Amino acid sequence: MSQTLVPPRKAARSFKSLSGDAIFSFLAAASGVLVLLLLGGIIVELFIGALPAFQAFGLDFIWNVDWDPNQAIFGAAVPIYGTILTSVIAILIAVPVAFGIAFYLTELAPNWFRRPVGTAVELLAAVPSIIYGMWGLLVIAPFMAQYVQPGIIDAVDGIPLLETLFQGPARGKGVFTAALILAVMIIPFIAATMRDVFMTVPPVFKESAYGVGCTTWEVMRSIVIPYTRVSVVGGIMLALGRALGETMAVTFVIGNANRISPNLFGSGATIASLVALNFGEAQQGSLLLSSLLAIGFILFVISFIVLAISRALLKPKAVK
Amino acid sequence: MSASITAAGPSRNAKVANQLSRSRHRTNSIVKALCVLATVIGLAFLGSILFTLIELGGGGLSAKVFTNITRTGPDGGLANAIVGTLLQTALGTAIGTPIGLMVGTYLSEYSAGSTLGNAVRFVSDMLLSAPSILIGLFVYQVMVGGRGYTGIAGAVALAIIVIPIVVRTTEDMLRLIPTALREAAVALGAPKWKSIVLVCYPAALDGIATGVLLAIARVAGETAPLLFTSFGNSYMSLDMSAPMASLPLAIYQFAGQPDADLVQLAWVGALLITFGVLALNIVARVVLRPKS
Repeated sequence: MSQTLVPPRKAARSFKSLSGDAIFSFLAAASGVLVLLLLGGIIVELFIGALPAFQAFGLDFIWNVDWDPNQAIFGAAVPIYGTILTSVIAILIAVPVAFGIAFYLTELAPNWFRRPVGTAVELLAAVPSIIYGMWGLLVIAPFMAQYVQPGIIDAVDGIPLLETLFQGPARGKGVFTAALILAVMIIPFIAATMRDVFMTVPPVFKESAYGVGCTTWEVMRSIVIPYTRVSVVGGIMLALGRALGETMAVTFVIGNANRISPNLFGSGATIASLVALNFGEAQQGSLLLSSLLAIGFILFVISFIVLAISRALLKPKAVK
Repeated sequence: MSASITAAGPSRNAKVANQLSRSRHRTNSIVKALCVLATVIGLAFLGSILFTLIELGGGGLSAKVFTNITRTGPDGGLANAIVGTLLQTALGTAIGTPIGLMVGTYLSEYSAGSTLGNAVRFVSDMLLSAPSILIGLFVYQVMVGGRGYTGIAGAVALAIIVIPIVVRTTEDMLRLIPTALREAAVALGAPKWKSIVLVCYPAALDGIATGVLLAIARVAGETAPLLFTSFGNSYMSLDMSAPMASLPLAIYQFAGQPDADLVQLAWVGALLITFGVLALNIVARVVLRPKS
């Protein structure tokens, strides 16, 4: 190849490939920026929509327990209470069960059995939330009303604190049933995270413990849990973030009553269920619509904080 | 317990040691039994859901479900809802997948420790777990309010859910590709973008396809984001710029109705969507699993 021909061709090719590279890297970076704008857009749009409600009610919006479309008085206290209460109860129910599943899958199950059981648990996470709602409404709520709630109500009768928490009538629908359905929905998330982080424990640690005569449970308690504690908490926070914003399953079974009551068998409301149920009646530009966007904004802030904490806790192990 | 472990060393008293050993093994057996019980409970939930769907939905399954549109009376079907779900899921995936793919590529290949890269990864993770009803509210604010409900708005809401799922799997899969493969492509004179598109993507194809399938499975069953965007439609409509029916919305509208025919339709819809979603999940996990 003659010397004179090379420079222009080389220049042309490098120009071409440079532009291809430039376009591709620009597209990639622009898509990244688009994701940033998307989240920013969600925050800004919700806040702009919520502004009339915040202006009309001020900070009282958060503490006010009224939600009265007829008088156009709105407050977020009841749905915030319901959202946090159902999610926390769901976590309390889900964590022990999820731990049991993760322990079984990592230490106890025979090898050939781990994959099918693991897949089945993951499928539980894939079931759409509206299906959980219908199942809760038609299977779990009647079951609770018939078998579980009457027994609990009788059992705690006369015991000071528990008596207020579990009062009749046993209707099936209510805060506790909603929390139970939420728990079933988040069990697979927590179990999957726990299983994955339990697997990160170096085998030599466990083998050493077995070597000095520890039982399986002692290895779990003294080696695996301490080693993975931070990630486990991160996984639980992630599930909490999911539970806070869950809409369909809760809307079907919580009973949808706008009140704060210590009675867990009574009806309640969450932010997501209130938005789903009231949105149809909200006129464009109305204070109701603005108030719905305002509680949506509050839900966003709560979940953002929970998810950010979860991510911070899960991160160190993920990098390792 | 930890005290008992330390005390379980060579004991002066064989009887004490025996007792201790027995109680430790008893605790162990109890915990093991509880774990098995927890797993059985978890599987029982899945079994109960599937059984309920087959029991209540299976009976209503017939050809008219696929040929007739939603209406009251025994002639009602789900054709419009099935078509609506297919169209919106397809468009949502078509919009979300390329964006998610590019973001994942950016995070894995270009961002390397940059502030923008970390911010994008953080925000994508937030979107992955953000309540889907808020995504519906956002799209309502941007595309629907004052203009009317459209199938396109529904698809956009679904696309926003697809993006972070595809981002996560794409980034993870691209990171698994050995550097040597990239170096080989560059050594042959390929520019970076060609080495990504022609070498990295094919190598990561199984994983990326799994991510896309899981994303489709996730959005096909989404209800909350469609409530405020595509709204639902009782008639057959292929017009994406008009309100559009979908299976989850039809289920939501009919499940609480007093009319037994509509409730039956809701259960049939629930059966279809659940088994569709679970089948996609199984395909994604079993068929496309990397052969390790």
